[in-house]
Amino acid sequence: MTTSIVDNGVNVAALLGAREAFADMPEIARFQWRSQVSWVNGTHSEAEVETFSGFGDEQRHSKRFAFDIDHPLQFAAEDNGITPVEYVLVALGGCLTAGIAAVAQQRGIQLRSVRATVAAEMDLHGILGADPDVRNGFSGVRVDYSIDADASRAEIEALVAQSQKRSAVYDVMTNPTAVTVNVN
Amino acid sequence: MHHTTTVVIGAGHCGLAMSRCLAERSIDHVVLERGEVAHSWRTQRWDSLRLLTPNWMTRLPGHTYSGDDPHGYLDMPGVVRLLEDYATGAPVLTGTTVTSVQPFGQGYLVRTDRDAWQARTVVVATGATGAPAQPVVPLPPGITTVTAANYRNPGQIPDGGVLVVGASASGIQIADELARSGRSVTLAVGEHVRMPRTYRGRDILWWMDASGVLDERWDVAPDLVRARNLPSMQLIGAPRTLDLNTLQSNGVALVGRLAGIRDASVQFSGSLANVCTLADLKLGRLLNTFDAWADRTGVEAEAPQRFAPTRTPPPALSAPLGRGGIESVVWATGFRPDFSFLHVPVFDRKGRIVHDGGVTHAPGLYVMGLPFLRRRKSTLIDGADADARELAEHLVGGLDVLAGRAS
Repeated sequence: MTTSIVDNGVNVAALLGAREAFADMPEIARFQWRSQVSWVNGTHSEAEVETFSGFGDEQRHSKRFAFDIDHPLQFAAEDNGITPVEYVLVALGGCLTAGIAAVAQQRGIQLRSVRATVAAEMDLHGILGADPDVRNGFSGVRVDYSIDADASRAEIEALVAQSQKRSAVYDVMTNPTAVTVNVN
Repeated sequence: MHHTTTVVIGAGHCGLAMSRCLAERSIDHVVLERGEVAHSWRTQRWDSLRLLTPNWMTRLPGHTYSGDDPHGYLDMPGVVRLLEDYATGAPVLTGTTVTSVQPFGQGYLVRTDRDAWQARTVVVATGATGAPAQPVVPLPPGITTVTAANYRNPGQIPDGGVLVVGASASGIQIADELARSGRSVTLAVGEHVRMPRTYRGRDILWWMDASGVLDERWDVAPDLVRARNLPSMQLIGAPRTLDLNTLQSNGVALVGRLAGIRDASVQFSGSLANVCTLADLKLGRLLNTFDAWADRTGVEAEAPQRFAPTRTPPPALSAPLGRGGIESVVWATGFRPDFSFLHVPVFDRKGRIVHDGGVTHAPGLYVMGLPFLRRRKSTLIDGADADARELAEHLVGGLDVLAGRAS
């Protein structure tokens, strides 16, 4: 048997260490994620993400990240950034792909390339209030993966399935979440 | 106050197996049973239920199946007769409900609704199914609800649409029976364990037993937390496979896991396709291990086979509750043990009993019959034998230590 070191750039030991630490101190597993969004003009807003809390303390990213949110010219907007719904696709693809890397690392599978095509169907009758039978959100989301890895097809399918099972964004999108919006 | 060396709580297969092992070791003991022998089997099972394990697997310490139908599946009266016969000669006190167990001197004080017992050691054999584990979902009034523990037959359920929540052994059997009764059945499916009744011409339990899967031990299991929380296998005690494809062919509508209630509608998760994929892949891996084992050991069996992937219908994410929609709900969402009588600090922050293969941190306090207690088969009737023998050994060892200290 040959042994080779599988490296997908995921520190599995740290992840498993966190799981053990949570067993002793479950309260440190409580996290809060944040974003600040400021209207610029028209449908253009700018979102900043810098701080979060977790591990029993205030935390921050290594730098402040900023994102433009807008709508395309076809919507008579200025296209200063991608649409909010496209950020949802970015989030889903990013979450599932990170999960695939982590699960592959833990299962000793070397990845060479992972590519997801994320597509969502939407009927604009919903957000325009033109048809009460059509919902605002997606009518369906489809993710197609092309994965090159040292593994059988069944092992790769299992990676993708396990990643969905442990994905926060997949859960957010497939299950209802209580949303409270206040005006201060 | 009575005195004995060991109080065993519960006269089901686990408690009776332990009693047999203690008797073999001449340990003075009593088995306290709230109802009659095999109480849960008599009172918390639906009418058509049969054991999921074939008759030849109904093995207990000092008992093997000797009937003429080794490949059949016992019905509930059959299980009750089996355990009544097995209990002959065991020191069982029926109609005695344990109300509390607490530390007392070098052992425990066991209070019941009749007498109190003082014992050096206590074996809790009340089982894993003390209470239904039911999610808190605020159903509107007028919706009939039953749990798998108090479901008896389709006559209990109003005509009209019924939602069965949970697709493990109980849920799939109840959904099948309700669909056959002519009701419109929706089955909410979360993570599940797909299992064919037979594989390569032999019962699937034969493969698990013979290949050693059921004997996997808790102290070497790679992920014990996960193994202990696995849902029950999708099986029915009959010579046929009952899986999500069969159910759909019989008219049962599949939806995702129950997610919530909104505006008089029940909502389902959009994860149905993935939980089906997970279960299909997991079954494939299990069958691979059986094939590899069969090749290694030269087992005679029919050719390897693979089962069609689970068909997933177009997603339905909600269904209306009430007249014309879902008018009743069957909760087949599993069980949890009920240890509310146990006043000994052996629980974790979520109220689960902490034990190492049935041995708790409290000296002389043991538990049996929980998922993967000492082996994958710990919750099967066939699992009681090895667990009872080993825990009886441990118990006797502890008594010897106590005796050594006293002398």
